Amino acid sequence: MAEFNAMDTAAFKGVWVFCEQREGQIQTISYQLLSEGRKLANDLGVELCGVVMGSELNEDYIKALGGYGADRVYYLDSPLLKDYTTDGYAKALCDLIMEKKPEIMLIGATNLGRDLGPRCAARLHTGLTADCTHLDVDVEKYKNFLRTTSNIDVDNTKFEENTNLKMTRPAFGGHLMATIICPRFRPQMSTVRPGVMQTQAFDEAGAAKVVVEKIAPALTADDIHVEILDIKKSAKKMVDLIGADVVVSVGRGISSDVDKGIALAEELAGVLGGVVGASRAVTDEGWLSSDHQVGQTGKTVHPRIYVALGISGAIQHVAGMQDSDTIIAINKNESAPIFDVATYGIVGDLFKVVPELIKEIRAAKA
Amino acid sequence: MKAIVCVKQVPDTQGKVAVKADGTMDRAAMATITNPDDLNAVEAALQLKDETGCEVVVVTMGPPPAEGMLRELIARGADRGVLVSGREFGGSDTFATSQILAAAVNKIGVGPEDIVFCGRQAIDGDTAQVGPQIAEKLHLPQVTYVTDIKKDGNSLVVKRQLEDGYMELKVNTPCLLTCIKELNNPRYMSVSGIFECYDKPIDVFDYNTLKDDPLIETDTIGLKGSPTNVYKSFAPPVKGAGMMVEDAAQLVGILNDKHLI
Ligand SMILES: Cc1cc2nc3c(=O)[nH]c(=O)nc-3n(C[C@H](O)[C@H](O)[C@H](O)COP(=O)(O)OP(=O)(O)OC[C@H]3O[C@@H](n4cnc5c(N)ncnc54)[C@H](O)[C@@H]3O)c2cc1C
Ligand SMILES: Cc1cc2nc3c(=O)[nH]c(=O)nc-3n(C[C@H](O)[C@H](O)[C@H](O)COP(=O)(O)OP(=O)(O)OC[C@H]3O[C@@H](n4cnc5c(N)ncnc54)[C@H](O)[C@@H]3O)c2cc1C
Repeated sequence: MAEFNAMDTAAFKGVWVFCEQREGQIQTISYQLLSEGRKLANDLGVELCGVVMGSELNEDYIKALGGYGADRVYYLDSPLLKDYTTDGYAKALCDLIMEKKPEIMLIGATNLGRDLGPRCAARLHTGLTADCTHLDVDVEKYKNFLRTTSNIDVDNTKFEENTNLKMTRPAFGGHLMATIICPRFRPQMSTVRPGVMQTQAFDEAGAAKVVVEKIAPALTADDIHVEILDIKKSAKKMVDLIGADVVVSVGRGISSDVDKGIALAEELAGVLGGVVGASRAVTDEGWLSSDHQVGQTGKTVHPRIYVALGISGAIQHVAGMQDSDTIIAINKNESAPIFDVATYGIVGDLFKVVPELIKEIRAAKA
Repeated sequence: MKAIVCVKQVPDTQGKVAVKADGTMDRAAMATITNPDDLNAVEAALQLKDETGCEVVVVTMGPPPAEGMLRELIARGADRGVLVSGREFGGSDTFATSQILAAAVNKIGVGPEDIVFCGRQAIDGDTAQVGPQIAEKLHLPQVTYVTDIKKDGNSLVVKRQLEDGYMELKVNTPCLLTCIKELNNPRYMSVSGIFECYDKPIDVFDYNTLKDDPLIETDTIGLKGSPTNVYKSFAPPVKGAGMMVEDAAQLVGILNDKHLI
């Protein structure tokens, strides 16, 4: 790989987005990444390309990627790419990257993306920044971002002027933010968690003019060293925390009556038009399944309203919900750290406060 | 047959994180623990040892005091440890870290029946990148997010967690697996293990031990060589503490006024 690595970074052009599909469905993270990639491509004055891998995918879905910003889509079509395997996807993606040389490669930080991204970065001999929450190429835009989100005295700080991708990610559960660059190698790669970037409105014109290049990758069964025996979806319906407008989460504070606590959260979520989330204490206890977990090792949400019931506000929880528009916390301990991030707080027993809250909201809406 | 487990010592971030005035983390002020997922990786290796009698080797890259962690893991049942330690390795990003660890694993030797275990993710750097990157450098097949492992002759049947279910995969040894907490419940140190842990060997691999390994490129290790560099680091602004309200009625009044409900 030394040969690829030795190439001149200026030879690399274009912003690429890995557009993940599962069972033929493009995953929504792909639209979020294309929307973000569009801004970067505009700032650099280069093409935005989506890369889709699969087998006999619906061409309309592929064209639709243009509606979210892609100028071009590389569609790698092979029966060996129907379902995700590390070996198949990594080879197909790396071969294409080595041939076409993009300068930026964005990948969704899903369970599959976090398997593929590092494997490819190692093969391509380049860096990979994990779980980015903000991306910039333009220094002025980056400075503006810092003005509103950091303690840095932007006007009295020196910034190197270049178009390296500035990849900002939370570290240590959000206590620290680090902006990372990859100046010596290309492509500059980053993963972004689902729900972090906003999807732009679908643009019909973009979908109509996107260029789709269908490619048959040079893959053989011998390239793939694992065999997929089965893919099972869990029987119950998963909660859609990431897309939710309102999330009502419960924590260990429901422990004195778990069933009642969950029922109250569901009822409150019902009147607010939202879904139920949880702290890890709750999912670890098995009171709710792990797809409900919000936080560093769960999901990142930014709903319009986030309600935390009996949640202490550990940094790992806060990392997943601090960007919610309005945060409401109910906790019986007035010094619980959750009150430091809450927009509104009520000190009290959730088993008393929540029924009143439901009653008041119903009355207000009546 | 061997199980080689990569284990990282991490600051204990449970509840309290000490941040210095300049925004960097005050590691000295924090206790260290074994990375939680790595305990699941060690347990998976120990279960394999229970089943097959294989050797379990624990490997960590870190400063010399990380030897203490290796001793604890030996007290849980591991047979020996390897401490990868050198000034030249300091400040490595995941690309550099995985290169060094891959060289260390290579030096330990990966036989046809061997399995390399990692945790999925370390709680400090928190990237989940090192496992797959070691696998790539060693040309081993990988399975990440492993929640179940069954040995079937020379192959393994493993379950890999997905967001909405799981995938069941068959993979031949040698291979690399990254483990998550759903895989098992780590055992404790045994009393005899604690007695014996100081008699078991811990090898130290420093820069000179590894620098000539074909997997090491000396210009991409350590802080200087790492492909990724920290451009700026900063503390997020402290959100002004919110407003405390008396009761549900007052809260709903405010939400109503702001058209939030
Ligand atoms: C590597 C790592 C990753 C992690 N990832 C996550 C993650 O993704 N998400 C996550 O949530 N956690 C995560 N955690 C765990 C986290 O550190 C906390 O342990 C967890 O969030 C605590 O959950 P809790 O707030 O529900 O419970 P506790 O901390 O026990 O808090 C319970 C709260 O309920 C209050 N309470 C009790 N009774 C009542 C009542 N009747 N009415 C009102 N309030 C009441 C108490 O005052 C207390 O504040 C992680 C930890 C580690 C080490
Ligand atoms: C604030 C901050 C942000 C960072 N962001 C990035 C980034 O975006 N990209 C990047 O490339 N680097 C990044 N790094 C550097 C990275 O944290 C280090 O390279 C670290 O040594 C390994 O990465 P990790 O903690 O993320 O491990 P992970 O990849 O999460 O660890 C996965 C598994 O690999 C094994 N493992 C990892 N490290 C060791 C070790 N030292 N010894 C033995 N086994 C180990 C363990 O089994 C572990 O469970 C960052 C560091 C900091 C402090």
